[in-house]
Amino acid sequence: MSDDLRAILLDQVEKLLSDAAGPDLLRANERGEWPAALWEEAEALGLPLALVPEAMGGAGLGWGDAAALWQLLGRHASPLPLGEGMIAAALLAAAGVAPRAGYLGLAVDTAPVVWGRRAAALVQVMGETVALQPGPATRQGRAGFAREPADAAAPGVPVAEGRLPPAYGPEAGMLAGALLNAARIAGALETVLAMTVDYANTRKQFGRPIGGFQAVQQLLARCAGEVAVAGVAAGQAGRAADRHGLAGATFEIASAKVVCGEAAHAGAEIVHQVHAAIGFTDDHALHLFTRRLWEWRDGFGAERVWARRIGEAALARGGAALWPDLITRDHGEGEQ
Amino acid sequence: MVGLRFDLRDTPPGSATLRAELRAFLAEQGKDWGPMERGYSWMGFDRAFSREVGKRGWIGMTWPEAYGGAGRTALERYVVLEEMLAVGAPVGAHWIGDRQSGPLILRLGTEEQRREFIPRIVSGELAFAIGLSEPDSGSDLASLRTRAEKVPGGWKVNGRKVWTTNAHRCDFAITLLRTSPAPDPRAKHQGLSQFLIDLRASGLTIRPILDLVGEEGFNELTFDDVFVPDSLVVGEIGKGWEQATAELAIERAGPERYLSSLPLLTAALEDLRAEPAAAEMVGRLIARAGTLRQMSLAVAGMLQDGQTPAREAALVKDVGNDFEQALPERLRDLLMPGRTPPEVLEMQRIMTMVGRSYSLRGGTREILRGIIARQLGLR
Ligand SMILES: Cc1cc2nc3c(=O)[nH]c(=O)nc-3n(C[C@H](O)[C@H](O)[C@H](O)COP(=O)(O)OP(=O)(O)OC[C@H]3O[C@@H](n4cnc5c(N)ncnc54)[C@H](O)[C@@H]3O)c2cc1C
Repeated sequence: MSDDLRAILLDQVEKLLSDAAGPDLLRANERGEWPAALWEEAEALGLPLALVPEAMGGAGLGWGDAAALWQLLGRHASPLPLGEGMIAAALLAAAGVAPRAGYLGLAVDTAPVVWGRRAAALVQVMGETVALQPGPATRQGRAGFAREPADAAAPGVPVAEGRLPPAYGPEAGMLAGALLNAARIAGALETVLAMTVDYANTRKQFGRPIGGFQAVQQLLARCAGEVAVAGVAAGQAGRAADRHGLAGATFEIASAKVVCGEAAHAGAEIVHQVHAAIGFTDDHALHLFTRRLWEWRDGFGAERVWARRIGEAALARGGAALWPDLITRDHGEGEQ
Repeated sequence: MVGLRFDLRDTPPGSATLRAELRAFLAEQGKDWGPMERGYSWMGFDRAFSREVGKRGWIGMTWPEAYGGAGRTALERYVVLEEMLAVGAPVGAHWIGDRQSGPLILRLGTEEQRREFIPRIVSGELAFAIGLSEPDSGSDLASLRTRAEKVPGGWKVNGRKVWTTNAHRCDFAITLLRTSPAPDPRAKHQGLSQFLIDLRASGLTIRPILDLVGEEGFNELTFDDVFVPDSLVVGEIGKGWEQATAELAIERAGPERYLSSLPLLTAALEDLRAEPAAAEMVGRLIARAGTLRQMSLAVAGMLQDGQTPAREAALVKDVGNDFEQALPERLRDLLMPGRTPPEVLEMQRIMTMVGRSYSLRGGTREILRGIIARQLGLR
């Protein structure tokens, strides 16, 4: 998708989310209330099928577009399982099965399905096999930090089944999910930073805004560094997936998940420190974001999982290859 | 994010050829570089090396051909820089000229200055030092007191500069001096001017200062009625602060701000195969290095487009410094005397010591974070 088109799409989604999303909706989510109205509006915009090729009824977006959209979703703490639904539809279509309307729950290996109880159907991804299962999933419970419904995919008889093309590789579900979570982390970090800067400029102690204290400024500047690092890592991962396919972008996606996971920790620590007691309350919206930061850094492979992958590959290749391998990832270096 | 943008860039098409040339060159030149050379990297000073770099057209690459430059792009120059820094090449003899003094002279210098200096920077003959800091003026640079008084045909300089890296080995220093008293203490940025100073001028005493690594890396410069001809004033008298801060923005932008300790990771990898805990940590470091490279490239791209990404550069330097300082420390947890080759341990020790300077030179961590905080809207 061209930069212009991407900007138009992001504008639309931003408008949708800033009108409808917010702490009340997130809290309702956590009580188990399905965001029906928002989901319908997202469907009206064609978002759940955005990654599906146009020939199969989708919008034909790429992973880079998706990462930008997911970052935006993260800015609003992702109040609907749109990312998961987009991935489910994308992988199903890539495996040659026409996706159907409604929310498609994503079941990667044996991980729980977010909002599986509301899924019109389930997309089970096992290695290179993608199966469409009848929905909804069996109610199970709520996911750890985010308290979103997380349900069990009942292994039934698939309605349809297909195999992913080689560019997706045997880990497509994990890779796409890791990209989703990295991008959402990058987005949510932007919001908590902005919230905290606002708070620091209004909360007064010792007769002045706490943002005037150097100790606070230094913390927030460090936070801004991590926010920027996360955004670049997620963007780079999306771009690499467009260029090399999901499997070919394993390095960038793994890097993004590691770096964004680290940034999620550093960022959450700082924004809570600056908000102090008020940020520790249920009433304040901060935790709606920071709990999701902690959720997303764990989901689809924690930092250590992906870091080990990168590290093992580098150790096997040895020192002489370290720098050249990093550069080989560049695009079009050999072309004149 | 809050007014800071990092648009992803690509290195230019055809860079593979340039890299191949550089790698062959650096492999040959670097045959005998040990832990000390690589650990000191861009503070390292080797004129013979710099002349060879100049011969190949890798200094002043982006400058106009009329002055001996190669008229290439900022991103091509970036490729050259990162290849050199990734192996810890001792670039100090041409580095400052290429990064700061050359661009400054091209931007603000007289035609005569351009003809005089630029071709000799390009050939790797002329080495520059940076004369900003003084004994009582570090972060608060504008409080500096070394003064230049107008005399017939030029200026008479008195005072002291300190921490001037490699001044005892360089030819010229680009300095910031006070040419008129500040009208009041809050207007200390006024009345400053930039001068090129011949480091062999009479009245100038250069005293090397031993650093904690045991090297004579930086110096104290004492000016005692040093005469500087009018022809060595850079830009406008009284506009030194604006000129120098623009220069600092460029200084902060480069890949040297995250790559300083990467040669240690390269050197340690083979040994780390024997360490079961290494894979995860190595992966974390590489993930960050790759991301920081993209940020650094984004800033280089903005420079190429003619923007002045001063704040973005400050942020990249800050996160880059954190990384390059953390790297030797993370590896310390994994290296094992007895198993790890002595030269790797030696490099780790050197980088532990040299690493302290990463977050000082070119603006301390606290000053950079102050710049970022202001950008965030904190006052
Ligand atoms: C290896 C090395 C090479 C160098 N090479 C050169 C060179 O070639 N040319 C040159 O001109 N200079 C050079 N420098 C000097 C360098 O630019 C200064 O060290 C730096 O600007 C800091 O000044 P200072 O050391 O006087 O520390 P100070 O400014 O005295 O600072 C001391 C501490 O106080 C903190 N601090 C100061 N002001 C504030 C504030 N407003 N808010 C919060 N914290 C503050 C600083 O961050 C620091 O932690 C070099 C330094 C090193 C270490």
